[in-house]
Parts: sequence; C-alpha cells; structure tokens
Amino acid sequence: MANKRYAYYSGCSLEGTALEYDKSVRLIFDALGVDYIEPEDWSCCGSTPAHTIDHVFASALAARNLSIIEKMGLDTVAVPCPACLMAFKKAQYFMEKDETFKEKVNELLDEKYNCRVYAKSTLQVLYEDVGLDEITKRVTHVIPDMKVAPYYGCITNRPPKLAQFDDPENPISMDKILSAIGVEVCDFAFKVECCGAAFGVPKKDMVNRLSAKVISMAIDAGANCIAVACPLCQQNLDLRQEQINKTTGSNFNIPVLYFTQIVGLAYGYSPKELGLDKLIVSADNFVRSRITKEQYEQLKQEQEKGKEKDVKKQEIQEKENP
Amino acid sequence: MRVGVFICHCGNNIAGTVDVKAVAEAIRKIPGVAYATTYMYTCSEPGQDEIKQAIKEHKLNRIVVAACSPRMHELTFRKTVEKAGLNRYYFEMANIREHISWIGEDRKANTKKAIDVVKMAVAKVMQDRPLYSSAFKINKRVLVIGGGVAGMQAALDCADGGLEVVLVEKSPSIGGMMSRLDKTFPTIDCSICILGPKMVDVAQHDKIKLYAYSEIDDIKGYVGNYQIKIRKKATYVDWTKCTGCGACMEKCPSRNAYDYFNFGVAPTKAINIPFPQAIPKKAKIDPNYCRHFTKGKCGVCAKICPTKAINYEMQDEIVTEEVGAIIVATGYSLLDPEKLPEYGGGRYPDVISGIQYERLLNASGPTAGHILRPSDHTEPKTIVFVSCAGSRDKSIGIPYCSNFCCMYLAKQAILTKDHIPDSQSYVFYMDIRSPGKGYDEFTRRAQEDYGVKYIRGRVSRIYPKGKKMVVKGVDTLLGSQVEIEADLVVLGTAVLSNPDAAHLAEKLHISYDTFGFYVESHPKLRPVETNTSGVFLAGACQGPKDIPASVGQGSAAASKVLALFSKDMLESDPAVAKVDINKCIGCLKCVKTCPFQAIKDKELRDGRIVADVIETVCAGCGVCTSTCPCGAIQLQHFTDNQLLAEVNALCLA
Repeated sequence: MANKRYAYYSGCSLEGTALEYDKSVRLIFDALGVDYIEPEDWSCCGSTPAHTIDHVFASALAARNLSIIEKMGLDTVAVPCPACLMAFKKAQYFMEKDETFKEKVNELLDEKYNCRVYAKSTLQVLYEDVGLDEITKRVTHVIPDMKVAPYYGCITNRPPKLAQFDDPENPISMDKILSAIGVEVCDFAFKVECCGAAFGVPKKDMVNRLSAKVISMAIDAGANCIAVACPLCQQNLDLRQEQINKTTGSNFNIPVLYFTQIVGLAYGYSPKELGLDKLIVSADNFVRSRITKEQYEQLKQEQEKGKEKDVKKQEIQEKENP
Repeated sequence: MRVGVFICHCGNNIAGTVDVKAVAEAIRKIPGVAYATTYMYTCSEPGQDEIKQAIKEHKLNRIVVAACSPRMHELTFRKTVEKAGLNRYYFEMANIREHISWIGEDRKANTKKAIDVVKMAVAKVMQDRPLYSSAFKINKRVLVIGGGVAGMQAALDCADGGLEVVLVEKSPSIGGMMSRLDKTFPTIDCSICILGPKMVDVAQHDKIKLYAYSEIDDIKGYVGNYQIKIRKKATYVDWTKCTGCGACMEKCPSRNAYDYFNFGVAPTKAINIPFPQAIPKKAKIDPNYCRHFTKGKCGVCAKICPTKAINYEMQDEIVTEEVGAIIVATGYSLLDPEKLPEYGGGRYPDVISGIQYERLLNASGPTAGHILRPSDHTEPKTIVFVSCAGSRDKSIGIPYCSNFCCMYLAKQAILTKDHIPDSQSYVFYMDIRSPGKGYDEFTRRAQEDYGVKYIRGRVSRIYPKGKKMVVKGVDTLLGSQVEIEADLVVLGTAVLSNPDAAHLAEKLHISYDTFGFYVESHPKLRPVETNTSGVFLAGACQGPKDIPASVGQGSAAASKVLALFSKDMLESDPAVAKVDINKCIGCLKCVKTCPFQAIKDKELRDGRIVADVIETVCAGCGVCTSTCPCGAIQLQHFTDNQLLAEVNALCLA
C-alpha cells in the first residue's frame, strides 16, 4: 500500500449529480493515506451513448484518459463510477486482445495508448489495497441503529471477464467494508439487480418498477438505509422514491447513501463535508443518532449492567415467588 | 527392394483437397518404388484385395498406404500385408487425412505436403526390418474399479463367465449413485428394489472379491499381467468382527457428521452404516467428527459394541492383487450448487439439488419419504424444478448436456404429485431431451396427466421473499418474464467427472478429455475400449449417462474382457526397446529413466554388466533411447536409422 500513487478519475457524474460521492471518496482516501492525483485535462469516458454507436469510438474516448495517465507514469487508476470503470476495462480488454482494434483506436488518438494502465473501482482499492484492518482502525464514530442493505448495482462486478473482482452474483466486498466500520449489514438478495439504469428518460415506468423492487427488497431484508457505489443507482433509488410512491401508492422513505458517505460518517466527518445535504431522502436521523466510539462503549457497558440487574431482579423475584 | 504405394481418396475426405493422382505420379519417380496407385476406399474389401493382388503381380515386398491416421487403420493394413505373405512390419502408413486434407483448404499446398509425407513413409519402409512377436501367458483375473451399477454389472458378468473378479469401491458400500435414487424413469421402478438384489449377488458371488472403502494406490504392469496396489482405508472398525447391528450408531453422541450418502440433507452420526441395504453392512468411523479423534475422549462405541470390533488405532492397509485386465467404472459427481450464486445454492436452505430431493422422496431417507422443506420442515405446495443448472453453460465451463436431468426432473415432478396431491410443480427447461425408449411419452405424461407446468426458458435469479423462494425467469414461448413464488426449488445440477478422475487416468495411462471424462478408443466403434490395451470403460466415467446405458456398457466391457481372456497366451508387441550388448557400456542410465521399470541390469558370462529390456513390460515409449549415451539401446521399428531416413527424405529433397 505504502508509496503507491493512484490516478483518480472522478468522471462527469461526480462533478454534477454525484458531487457528494466525489467529496466522500476524497475524504476517506485522505483519511486512509491513499496517495492519489487527478489527471489533468481528463474527458468523458464515453459512457453509455458512445458504445451504443461505435466500439472503436467508445474505446478511443476511454483510452484518451488512460493514455494521459500512462504519460503521468502511473499504472493504476481508481474509478468511483462503475460506468467509467467498465468503459476503461472494456477498452483495455479489447485493445490488449486485438491488435487491429488497438491500431484503429490509436488512430483516433493524439497520444497512442500502450495498454499499461489498470483500472480499479474505488471499492476494489479500499477492499484489496487498503484492507479491512486499516479501514477499521480509522473509525471514530458509531451509528448504532443503522441497518444497511449493500447495493452493488449490475455493473460494479460484471461482466466477470472484465471486472475480475469479487463474485459477480453475490459480491461481498462492500458488505465487508461496512461491517468493518461497525455498521449492521442486512442479508440482501438484490445486490446486483438492475435499478433501470439510463432508461430513466425513455422508459420511466420501467425504471420506477425496477427501482421499487430493489427498495422494497431492502426494506423486507430489514434495512433502514441503502448503500450504493454507483451514481446512477443512487439517483434512481433516491430521486424516484417520490415518483414511485405517487404511482404505486407505496410509502418509501429510505435514505440511499454512497458507501463512502457511510464510511465518512464513521470517520467523524460532518454531514456538510460528506455532502449529505445533496440527498433527496434525508439521512439526518443517522447523523443525529451518531455517537463517538467512547460513548458507544459506555452505552454498551451500561446496557450490560442493566441486563445483569434485570437478571438479579428476576432471580430475587423467583426466590420470592417460587 | 520393391515398394508399393497405395493412395486413398477416402471418398472426398482426401481427394477433395489433395490431388491424389499427382501424389501417385510424384511417388512413382522415387527409386525403389515399383508400383504406385490411387483407390477410392483402400480400407474396403476390394481395396485390400487390390493390395494383396499387387503384391503378387508386381512382386512387392514393402507397402505404404497413404490414407487416414494409423490409429484408425494401421492394424487393418498390417493384417492385409501379412495375409499376402509379407512381415507385418514391412508396412508404413502415411497420414494424409487428419494431418493434411482435413486441416487445409489449399489444394496445391496440401498436395505438396502429401507428397512429402508419403516420401518419408517410403524412406522409412525401405529401412524397416521384419519383427516377430512372442507369446506370453496372461493372468485371467479382472479388476473392476467402482461399485456403482456399471461396475457391478461388469463384475457380475465377468464372474458369471468364470473369471475371478477384484471389485474396488471407494465408499463404504457398493451401489453408487443408483442406490441413492428413489424411483427410476420411465417405469417408476423402486431403485433400491431392483439394485438391492444385484448388490447381494455381488456380495455372495464366490468369484468376486470385494474391497469396499478402498482406493487404487498404484498400478504396474501391462495387459495380461498387472500388479495392483489397493489401499484399504482405515474404518476404525474391524469388519471381520462387525455384524452391522447398528448399536454403535444409535449410541454415538456425535450427531452432526456430514452424511455423504444423503448428500448432506440431514446430519448423521460419526460412526455410521450409510443406509439399511448397504453392502457390506458394516460400520465406519468418520474421524473428522468422532469425539475420540477430535477431543481425545469418548469411546462410547467401543464400550457398546457387542463384538469388540472398534479399533481406534487402525491404519490404512495396502494389499496387492494381480490381474490381467481392468474395467474402469468410477462414475460421476455433481456440480456443487454453491457454484451457482445466482440461484442462491448453498445460501438458501430451500434451494436444493436433484439428488438431495431424491433423498427427501426416499422412504429410507432422512425424512422417511415425506417431502419437507429443509428450512422449516413444512410440506411444500409449489415446487419449481430448474433443469440445466450449470449444464450447457459455457460461462462456467460446462458446455455439454448432462444427459439424464430432463428425465429425472420429470420423474421427480410426477412423484411430487403422488406424494402431495394438492401441489403444483413447474419445470424450467431449455429443451426437453428425452430420446430413450418410452422417455418422451414419460415427459408428456408429466405434463398431461400430472399437470406439471413446463416453462421454456432459463431462470435468472432465485431469491427469498418471506417464507417463499421467488424464481425469476423468462418464458421464451410467451416472450414474457415469469416470477413464481415457490416453497421449494430443485436444481438439476450438472454432471461432472469425479474430482480424482485425472489422477486415476494417469495411473492407468488412459486419456481423459477437458472435463475429466475418460476417452474411449473410438467414439462409434470402440466405445468401451481405451487406447491402452487391457483397460476398458463402463458407465458415466466416460460421459454422463443414465442407468440402462451404464448397465449396457458394464456388460459390454465384461464381454471384451471375456474375449481377451478366451486365449491362454497373448502376443507381445515387438516394437519395443532392444539393447545391443556390444555397444552397451553398462552405465544403466536407462534403468533410472524408464517410466515402466522395464529395464534391469544383467551380468554377462564374462562378468560384464549390461542393460536388459523385459520385452513384455516395455511400452515402447523411447525414453531410454534418447537417454543412452552411446546409442546402444534402440526402439525396434523406430530406430535412429529409420527415423533419420525419414528426415533425410524430407530435407534432402
């Protein structure tokens, strides 16, 4: 871990709708001593529109950024947004595999890309490179009543051939990180179900239906909060709750936080620093119930004493009324 | 020297991309070639007759056939030339089909390459020497590895044919997978009722020696004379004393041992007899769960045993058996549902595999034949069966069809209706594969008479919702998504080879495919033979197959062994290593490198030590010839001179 420097590619979403994702990632990277630098003059990864039109073009948009990072002499890029991550991984995969494809892509670029940059999700950097022990060490605060459903979305770990990280059908990395900071994680069956993704504009009803399923499954699993790692998932699940409630008569009101925001809360950052004000469904209750580790330990001791007292009381009662 | 060359068209197989006439013309120009011709099918009767006639007419004394792989027809043509009076080793085969015509489209290049290959064969045949095989005695005992239905059938047929049989089974009882099944399709026969008597026959046959809970440790030798080392694994119970009363099992305090026989449907005791009809019906201790082994104290079974059969100090024992042939019937294993995370296999107790469901249906299973959900022991009313759970799925490395799942899932759906009349079963399928006799009628009966709903499409996800399991999939006939709230889900998990299949194959020197299934000698015409003479295959170790096919192969393998043993002597292959004692310096490096221990040192009358090849043991691999520092050891029919003649023919041209 020590001395490794990452390129940090935040991507377009994290400058707009997912500003709080960017804020919270940077904060916890700093807190954990992850050395990162943002490449200069980065551009859009190509996102969904590019690859629906042309694969060479899409790969060129991604490879332009990878090429900048390669020039900086860095070999790993940390990417918070799964769509950017897959754009990079796809470009890398096909350029490495197919020499003619690589040539075609490079023809479109000013600076040739030599396929020497490995893209990793922020989740993977934290889980594999930083490690759970380090993540736990930095914890200062506890949110005792938070029960979280970790929602990875459909492309964080898939397709497995490209992602090369965690289980494609039942991933556990985010579960483990959240457990490591002392949050209760629910057994959630829809970790990788689709939220509807970019169909929010052309097929709003479908996205509402799919997002509603994910939300109701999280609630059924006993969660009072959903953790995400994708700007689009966050948007669909958070923003659409009101729409869903209106059209289906449901009564959803469950906060949807980036997992990095939850880690940030456990690290003692203020709601403002973590951009919690950007959420549609408020997560204020967790901020209010948040206590320091010391307070939590005290609380626990008192509870245990209380339990002992109860047991003694019971024993006395039993003796008195056998 | 008068060489005759016969170039085969093989219909269009060769002539389609090789100009065979041009090859014949080019070859005719080689000095020593007295005759060269082409023929439509050289392997046919008139084709062979033409070779014999040409030998007579043109006084040929060496023959080359340019056709398919020698694996296919070398033996055929060797017999042909022998019948015409030549030594069978005055024959060479040039492979211009598998090595040329089938792999290239370029007619010109193919023809050129074919000419080169035939030239090499001509050069070699000119260097060939006559070789004569010697006869050796064979041991007319047979080893059968695996005591499932295929192995049992093979053992019984061999024994009834008068052969002594050594049957080795790795688990504590014979019976294999079939002994776990409740009923068999398409007749709904009770599986153990038809298998049980066969198991008793095996146990009582005076020609069959059974080693249960034993594995093959080592195999040495060759067809006719094998030495087999068998590891009798420690059971910690003296089976000569154990009466199978079951008192130990009743009193054993360790109740959470994994039940291999029931595929973990319910736990068993640390000392157990796998099932009531087990043969041999003897107890065995599982040291991973036995308190005597895990905690160092207990000893209840030793106290309770009326015959004092418990022996905690027991060690594995190695015994040696000598046999002349081996039948491999090691069966198959099943995909672990945990490999299918999208179906929640291993995570959700109410998602089980087909073989586990079989144990739930079975009267001697853990639920005494009542279908109960593993999670809460209630009776399920909606049951979903998922076929192709892993099979035909390239993404997890199982591209093949598992052969019998369509049928057993239909059977289980029918039985479910019999057990729980107000239940509804669904079967998700890709295709219904039911080509056997009475099979298609059976799957139709499931749908038409038993109301089983068949949905053509795959399942994408299985997840819990309250007490139910939601099965989400697609109906490709309606073009819509389906979600079924089921009480129990049964996965028709893929058939795999045994995890140790490759390991055993290496001991046997037989080949196996990418998936660990053993490879038969010819997929159509030699289905139970292997490329190692004396080793035969039966049952699902060769590929997924159902009971009738396994039994058929068991009998077929037995008949092959009986045919092999109908002679008292076998002919040895003379294409083995031979030491020139004048050149041998007695360094004995060859003794160390020979993988078959076929070379020993020998003292000559003058006291000189030389290497000596045991002809019948030598497999003709040639490792010794490349080891020998002075070229004293030569592989007959592949001598340095013969191989160099081929190289020269190719390079000097």
